[in-house]
Amino acid sequence: MNTLFSIILQTVLLLALSPLISGCIKNWKAKLQNRRGPRVWQPYFDLVKFLRKDMVISEHASWIFRAMPYVLFTSTLLAGLMMPLVNVSAPLSLFGGVLAFVGLLALGRFFLALGGLDAASAFGGMGSSREMTIAAVAEPALMLAIFTVAITAGSTNLSQMLLAAQGPTWKLLNPAHVLAFAALFIVLLAETGRLPVDNPATHLELTMIHEAMILEYSGRYLALIEWSASVKQLVLMALLVNVFFPVGIATDVSATALGLGLLWFVLKLLALAGAVVLVETSNAKLRLFRVPDLLSAAFILATLALLSTFLFQ
Amino acid sequence: MDQLSSNLLLQIALCAYCAGVVGSLLAMRRERIANLVGFGCSTVAAVSGIGAALLALTVEAAPGAAPFELWPSLIPYLQLKIKLDPLGAFFLLIVSVLGLALSLYSFGYVRGFYGRKNVGVLAAFYNALLLATTLVFTAANAFFFLIAWEIMALTAYCLVSFEHEKTETRNAGVLFFIMSHIGTGCLILGFLLLFQAAGGQSPGDYSFDTFRALGATMSPGRRDAAFLLFLFGFGVKAGIVPLHIWLPEAHPVAPSNVSALLSGVIIKTGIYGLTRVLFDFMGTPPNWWGVTVLTIGTISAVLGVLYALMEHDLKRLLAYHSIENIGIILMGLGAALMFLHTNHPVLAALALIAGLYHTINHAVFKALLFLGAGAVLHATHTRDMEKMGGLIKRMPKTAFFFLIGAVAISALPPLNGFVSEWLTYQSLLQGFGTTDSLVRLMFPLSGAMLALTGALAAACFVKAFGITFLAQPRSEQAAQAHEVSPTMLLGMGLLTGACVFLGLFPTTFLALLGPLTQQLIGQPLPAYLVQADGWVLGSAKAMGGTVSTLGIALMGICLLPIPLVLWLFFGRRTRVRIGPTWDCGLRGLTPQMEYTATGFSKPIRMIFKALFRPRREVQREYDYSPYFAKTLRFESHIEEAFVTRLYRPLNRTILRLSRRMRALQAGSIQAYLIYIFITLLLLLLFAL
Repeated sequence: MNTLFSIILQTVLLLALSPLISGCIKNWKAKLQNRRGPRVWQPYFDLVKFLRKDMVISEHASWIFRAMPYVLFTSTLLAGLMMPLVNVSAPLSLFGGVLAFVGLLALGRFFLALGGLDAASAFGGMGSSREMTIAAVAEPALMLAIFTVAITAGSTNLSQMLLAAQGPTWKLLNPAHVLAFAALFIVLLAETGRLPVDNPATHLELTMIHEAMILEYSGRYLALIEWSASVKQLVLMALLVNVFFPVGIATDVSATALGLGLLWFVLKLLALAGAVVLVETSNAKLRLFRVPDLLSAAFILATLALLSTFLFQ
Repeated sequence: MDQLSSNLLLQIALCAYCAGVVGSLLAMRRERIANLVGFGCSTVAAVSGIGAALLALTVEAAPGAAPFELWPSLIPYLQLKIKLDPLGAFFLLIVSVLGLALSLYSFGYVRGFYGRKNVGVLAAFYNALLLATTLVFTAANAFFFLIAWEIMALTAYCLVSFEHEKTETRNAGVLFFIMSHIGTGCLILGFLLLFQAAGGQSPGDYSFDTFRALGATMSPGRRDAAFLLFLFGFGVKAGIVPLHIWLPEAHPVAPSNVSALLSGVIIKTGIYGLTRVLFDFMGTPPNWWGVTVLTIGTISAVLGVLYALMEHDLKRLLAYHSIENIGIILMGLGAALMFLHTNHPVLAALALIAGLYHTINHAVFKALLFLGAGAVLHATHTRDMEKMGGLIKRMPKTAFFFLIGAVAISALPPLNGFVSEWLTYQSLLQGFGTTDSLVRLMFPLSGAMLALTGALAAACFVKAFGITFLAQPRSEQAAQAHEVSPTMLLGMGLLTGACVFLGLFPTTFLALLGPLTQQLIGQPLPAYLVQADGWVLGSAKAMGGTVSTLGIALMGICLLPIPLVLWLFFGRRTRVRIGPTWDCGLRGLTPQMEYTATGFSKPIRMIFKALFRPRREVQREYDYSPYFAKTLRFESHIEEAFVTRLYRPLNRTILRLSRRMRALQAGSIQAYLIYIFITLLLLLLFAL
């Protein structure tokens, strides 16, 4: 009963909070560029607008095109349910740890890329090809950084990793964790389509990745895809803030602990969002073939993180 | 009666395969009858093979099936002894499950050969191959094993060269033949070393029972030599890098049901051999064995998938993926060897299970994908992905089966590829704590490479599925494709079911592997492997991490109402229109405007340029400016570095040497007599 309750609560939290983070990033970015920018609530209105619109579906598309938004939405939510957000024990932590988390995100991406190819447009193919390439280069860095933490914690279970991080041995400036955090931050930028890798603000044909894949989508399918994208962003950010800065996470289920945990969680997310905004405004987009350089830098950072667990034990 | 039954079923299977060989040869002139008899017999044999394997792994696991003689031996040293132990039974299960699905598929598939090729011969060789493979997995004597091994290689060669009127096929067949025999040569030497260590006197010294844990009594030099010989010999068959070059040539040219058998089972005989020798015979391994196997596994996995990405021939792409998956299996086995060295039997059991579970998983989804490719080939008469497209509307069921296979091989939850890679990750991660030396860095680094492999495999199967089945047909053949016959669909459906079962119920299946770890490592399954009444798969320690694919799948279904609720709230009045794809204001999209398979993998080709060294040629004809070309010809070509840098120079050297040697064979009898005389003298000197 308790688990059921926490599953429902966390689903609601994921769905409710994720557009706000996207909105904040958009708004702050505009502020930094001396524009007024959309309100932070704008993504909510966008989702409702998309949900109310009619859909146009390509005549070439098959059932894959129609199934994709559901698969993406469900798999992203499932991944989100494995991530401890406010409380240290995630609702589905028994069903899978960090490996299943990465696997579910990959499942969503797999179908997203197929959806891009299905409409027979060259844009979709281009987007799918680039998305899968960048994901492939980002994956080793992501996994190695995660392994570094998992090895220290002795488990791939995210709740266990958080518990280990809360133990007395945890230090803020553990070199392994600093390096792994840096690696994961770069991966976060790549996985959520942020600036030096992909530009979320444009529809420029030659540079777009995520937008190219979903060009043929409209109406409620588009709403599901956009919502999944922001949930994915939220859970990846939660991975960074909760594993590396386990401050204020509730360890029991009392109302005060949960309330305090939520407050801390949102504060940490906003701080990380601020960092993303700074990086996005101060960097230009990289050429597609320079992106692997950035991601191999992340891989090297993760390797160094691993080496330093070995050296500073 | 229990004691007898797995042996009885095995004997029935062997007899049925023999009947299949004889029957289909007798009915050669009547192709319909040959088809029915040949593949009917193999279906029966496969079913009873499954029964034998399951019995041997469950009720008869504790006492162990009694060995029996297939035939009273006529020659000394040659005992045709068969023993169905847990390891053999596990591989017998793989070959029988695949044999069943492939035989059903073949009923429909070989109709494509009617009037063109001799179906009776195909069915006979097919049965012979299954028979030989079954014997390889159950033989309990090195001599008998090698004979079965050779029959397997020869029948496989005949099946690869089945469509021998094509030059490509003949060349591939010869390459397969040569590589396979180099491997067998190494195996013979390896077994001779073991024979010597076992005493080398009585005929019984060739039996696997005397080889058991023999490694402990061998001198380190001989033991290492035997390890290298077996690694090479079985490695050729398994297709490890750099001994893999025959694999992407030979597997695609065979008929698709045979390709599935080759990639699904025959390369696994290499894995069987390695497991048998390294875990059963060799005793506690030195550290460098495990390190070598893990390294080879990692390299094979990454290179296999990278070369697969560059292919746009559907069956070659799948063949390269076999190299990748053999690499993943070897990662598990290598880690297990390292854990045995550091005396961590529980972890060794986990890693061994991971490797063997991936073995059966790969067999199932790779066979499924090859059957899917065969169905596509059957319908479009081409293997070139650039000529396909839009098949999901023309062959919906095949497309669905292929999609399941693609999700499974890309190691995505909740299907079976994910489960075995999860186990591999777990054993690699927990391996970090087993030793204090720098070697432990290998575990997470191989884990990272496994992640790279998985992500690249996903990219490759987005390409393989997306370009083949989605969007508009790129050629006339693809546009006119039709769904294949029901028996072919049944074969694919069976394997799809197996993928789903192995994915969702890993704890049920892994219980079968308990006798196996007991036999090879002397350790039952790790205690934390099965948790929460079989709902959750764990790892080797209490808090190490858990996964439940069934839970993920059920939970996913529970989450599906959310979009429905959203629709009820906001979108009930929305309508769906079917319209053209956005074409930038042109007059409609044509298939030429679609993304191609080559284009899809271009970014990866660019990133790994140093490895691929692509050769490209662009010719433009233009009047005013190169930007307005009248005609454009583009050619891009990739040759494997191993072929150009290793095998071709080697080949040239061998040819040059043999030209020199030709002078010896001048044709004069006197000279030959002198050679014989000198040889005799040398031998006598040697004997003194």
